[in-house]
Amino acid sequence: MELVCPAGNLPALKRAVDEGADAVYFGFQNATNARQFAGLNFSDRRARDGIDYARDRGRRVFCAINTYPQPDGWAQWASAVDQAAELGVDALILADMGLLEYAARRHPDLPRHLSVQGSATSHEALRFYHDHFGIKRAVLPRVLSITQVRDLAKQSPVELEVFAFGSLCIMAEGRCYLSSYLTGESPNTRGVCSPAAHVRWEETSAGLESRLGGVLIDRYGEDERAGYPTLCKGRFEVGGETYHAIEEPTSLNTLELLPELAELGISAVKIEGRQRSPAYVSKVAGIWRQALDRLARSPERFHADPAWLAGLGELSEGATTTLGAYERRWK
Amino acid sequence: MTATTLELSLGPVLFYWTREHYEAFYREAADWPVDAVTLGEAVCSRRRDMKLDDWLGIGRELAQSGKRVTLASQTLIESEADLRDLRRLCDNGEFVIEANDQSALQCLTDRGLPFVGGAALNLYNRQAIAVLVRAGMQGWQAPVEMSREALSTLLDDCRAHGVAAPCEVFAYGHLPLAWSSRCFTARRHRRPKDRCQFVCQKYPEGLALRSQEAREVFTLNGIQTLSGACQDLRHELPTMQAMGVATARLSPRPEGMAEVVSAFAAARRGELTAPDPLTLVDASLCDGYWHGHPGMSHHPESAP
Repeated sequence: MELVCPAGNLPALKRAVDEGADAVYFGFQNATNARQFAGLNFSDRRARDGIDYARDRGRRVFCAINTYPQPDGWAQWASAVDQAAELGVDALILADMGLLEYAARRHPDLPRHLSVQGSATSHEALRFYHDHFGIKRAVLPRVLSITQVRDLAKQSPVELEVFAFGSLCIMAEGRCYLSSYLTGESPNTRGVCSPAAHVRWEETSAGLESRLGGVLIDRYGEDERAGYPTLCKGRFEVGGETYHAIEEPTSLNTLELLPELAELGISAVKIEGRQRSPAYVSKVAGIWRQALDRLARSPERFHADPAWLAGLGELSEGATTTLGAYERRWK
Repeated sequence: MTATTLELSLGPVLFYWTREHYEAFYREAADWPVDAVTLGEAVCSRRRDMKLDDWLGIGRELAQSGKRVTLASQTLIESEADLRDLRRLCDNGEFVIEANDQSALQCLTDRGLPFVGGAALNLYNRQAIAVLVRAGMQGWQAPVEMSREALSTLLDDCRAHGVAAPCEVFAYGHLPLAWSSRCFTARRHRRPKDRCQFVCQKYPEGLALRSQEAREVFTLNGIQTLSGACQDLRHELPTMQAMGVATARLSPRPEGMAEVVSAFAAARRGELTAPDPLTLVDASLCDGYWHGHPGMSHHPESAP
């Protein structure tokens, strides 16, 4: 199984490669990718340096152009595809059907991966993308149980990549418009969710309050640890009760599923987090490298090292992790 | 510019009602001034009060009343059982399918059947629309978050390149904003999804999710999350028509839907009646997406 790690900038890319990533993925400095954060992502020059660094060490580089071209922005998205092809990346990560077709026609030999933003949750959906746009691989949304992944993997016409660790989107990716409802900006249109420019923190007599687009997302007591106000992880009132009505602040961690994922023939595991620091990426990549190496040595005797789990736990949102939808009872 | 009149359509009922409730609703709807009706369970496969044959029966009656009938596919397809239901839906032999995900696109294009492209297919540009028009798409819905300005650019671009499939805009109702494998209504009742006991049927208008300041933020509807406010683009119908939008979709609500439809039918004729009949409906309104703002906001000029 290939270990695919996030590269929000050149230092993160290098650390990921040093720690044993088999492939890294990056985006350009604009709305064409799903992590449009200030100070993040790659210029043409930096991308060239990053690709050289990875190549010299025998690793692969993917370019994410996984937002949806807006009606007045086609040229920007198309030129991002051309630019990535010109740079000589190993694969494009795309979501939009128009852009997939463009890439297939213009750069037929450059492999196309379906982004998680393409929302393919069944083998029929994968077949659609395969037959129409010749995708080689797809990243599966984080909404399927392990049993559903198993059914899908049996009949998939393409390689599969699944999320291994990082922030947990609990809505079917590519079909979540919650962020633009509160802020006007969403993953599909702007490559952002709950963007920092719309966040406000306020110390009040009722406690520390976090707001997104003016909407109160959470309120923290003195002894509580405040988290980033991602809108689906706040505490809201439903039917007279106030609780994490959608999801708790927690991270996805599938380390213990590794033997099963390998047995299903999953081609790659993906670490989320291009917005994370190089130190974070380095630690996560290192732990997953060790895990994958142990798995390769003795798949039947694989067990997750407590030190790995502790290490990943420290790097998780709310210091807790979950198997998310992979585990039926989470639903 | 097109000279044809803007059509009104009824979207699928997004909430889980009882069979009697659906039947009564569509008996009434047969006489409403809507041109088209989309039917079916588009949200959750566990909702089984209505079978495909039941929907087909309602569809035939509506077709006899002169409505153009379409059947909606489920937006989030997860299991082999979901796929079996989807294939049965595609093989219904009578009505065109509204494809709400790529699984449906595959089943329909495989069979060489025409289809309508749902709003969650994320058709944001002419190139993506053209791909599906070549594959058999007869009409498409704009993504809910698309602004008037962006849509206007897109429609001009489609016309300039001869991509001619009619466009539908979500004009009234709580906006469908997200789908999850988790059921939030069951979660509220501390039940696992597999043993949800169909608790969402207790909420024919969904379950309000409020901020700790009592602001209605979202509406929980099983695995689906809708907007807290109700989108109302009644005042924009003339603009839509001028832009070349073909159809304005109204999303069913359990009470007062006849008034909503008649208010939109009047607005389509250029009549904005006072007092506003929609003040009967108990929900805050929004139209932010259309104006290029956060979806939840309400444009002051369109305030009743």
